[in-house]
Amino acid sequence: MLIDVRDLVAGYDRPVLGPVSFALGRGEVLGLTGANGSGKSTLLAALLGAARIFSGEVKKSAGLTLTLQTQQHPDVAGVPLTGSELLALTGASAAGLPPWLSARLDERLDRLSGGQRQYLHLWSCLQAPGDAVLLDEPTNNLDPDGVVHLAGALHARAAAGAGLILVSHDAEFIAAACDRVLQLGVVR
Amino acid sequence: MNALALVFDPIFLQPFLTGLAFAVLLPLLGAYLRLRDEWLAALAFAQTAAAGSLLALLVGLPLMLGGLLAAMAAAGLKSLFEGADRGRQGAWYAMLLVSGWGISVLLIANLPLAERLGHALFDGQIYFTERSHLMAAGVCVVVVGGALLRLSRALLLSHFFPDFFRARGRSAQRIHFAFDLLVAASLALATMSIGVMAAFALIFVPPLVAWRGDGGWCRALLLAVVVGLAAYLLSFILALVLDQPFGPLLALTLVLAGVASGIERKTRFRR
Repeated sequence: MLIDVRDLVAGYDRPVLGPVSFALGRGEVLGLTGANGSGKSTLLAALLGAARIFSGEVKKSAGLTLTLQTQQHPDVAGVPLTGSELLALTGASAAGLPPWLSARLDERLDRLSGGQRQYLHLWSCLQAPGDAVLLDEPTNNLDPDGVVHLAGALHARAAAGAGLILVSHDAEFIAAACDRVLQLGVVR
Repeated sequence: MNALALVFDPIFLQPFLTGLAFAVLLPLLGAYLRLRDEWLAALAFAQTAAAGSLLALLVGLPLMLGGLLAAMAAAGLKSLFEGADRGRQGAWYAMLLVSGWGISVLLIANLPLAERLGHALFDGQIYFTERSHLMAAGVCVVVVGGALLRLSRALLLSHFFPDFFRARGRSAQRIHFAFDLLVAASLALATMSIGVMAAFALIFVPPLVAWRGDGGWCRALLLAVVVGLAAYLLSFILALVLDQPFGPLLALTLVLAGVASGIERKTRFRR
């Protein structure tokens, strides 16, 4: 087991999530859904130690290497960094990238479309060497081709031995990409 | 005597090599400062270093040591603002900058020997640099350049993937602090040789020009160094031939390079 969460209640100033329990093993893709404010992103933050745990526990396997992709990306306007250089930062391989992106890897990020940048950023996290990958709303800004390619890439990463947790509002994508789905409720 | 022969004249060779070291190093550091949107911190460090050198004169310490200690103390204080929003960080750099200037001017006005040193620190004293300055510049290039090479990936990683280190149980704060110390030390030594504003111009303008190019990060670093070196060489020769102070000529040459690259870029995009 990579991650084992038991009766977790987490938040910041006050609890916004839980109690929730789940486990993530190698080769699994777990989807997290729920209404706005149900604590999906907070759960990811709690797994990183960036949110306050009010009760319950998060157990991680020894030496677990996590990678998180968040919804906020730094502004790249004017910054001279190419797609290849971005991938090299996390150690992600370009193998398997869709053709519409692999052909543009030597271009600066600020010359790419928002969707192309989102996919590259996502790919850099997804393919970074490690045990588990957490993805927060990965389909934002992606066109239908990108969403289909991403679902395939998630399955391939899981098949290679990683555990994945993804948060998404896109029910169709969650159904296509995940082995299990955890529905979070809003804490009143 | 032609201009290049002047540069290689034994009288000017030592100052030339001292400045050359900073013309390579400062543009490289500036690229990472620009990435972090912390260029104002560079000016604050340089100004603080100048104040530190003047304070060292007051208490009888070596001037270079005073500048180094003050700039590195400023870097330490800066680390307290790690994680603060851009507005608060900018306000802190501005406060530091104003404080450094205020302390410097007061010391210059009240210490008998400080006026000449103050003039040298603010206008640059490259022709009066000594062997110790050259040695310090050489060590600085090797040590800071080597450390920057090691830190480069981590600095880029923490910028483009802010949660990468936290997710792996590591802290980006130590990396940022190490980088700040490198910048502070380099600027302190550069300020002692080429002056506050010339050092700031070398750290600010070459990356500004280089970022407008088409290539990626490595190419931008190379272009920044080329711009810094070209501006330095031209200014050094002009200062000798025209018998003008070096610092302002370097700063103005770099500003012209910045303006010219901006115009070239606009023209290119209109075509």
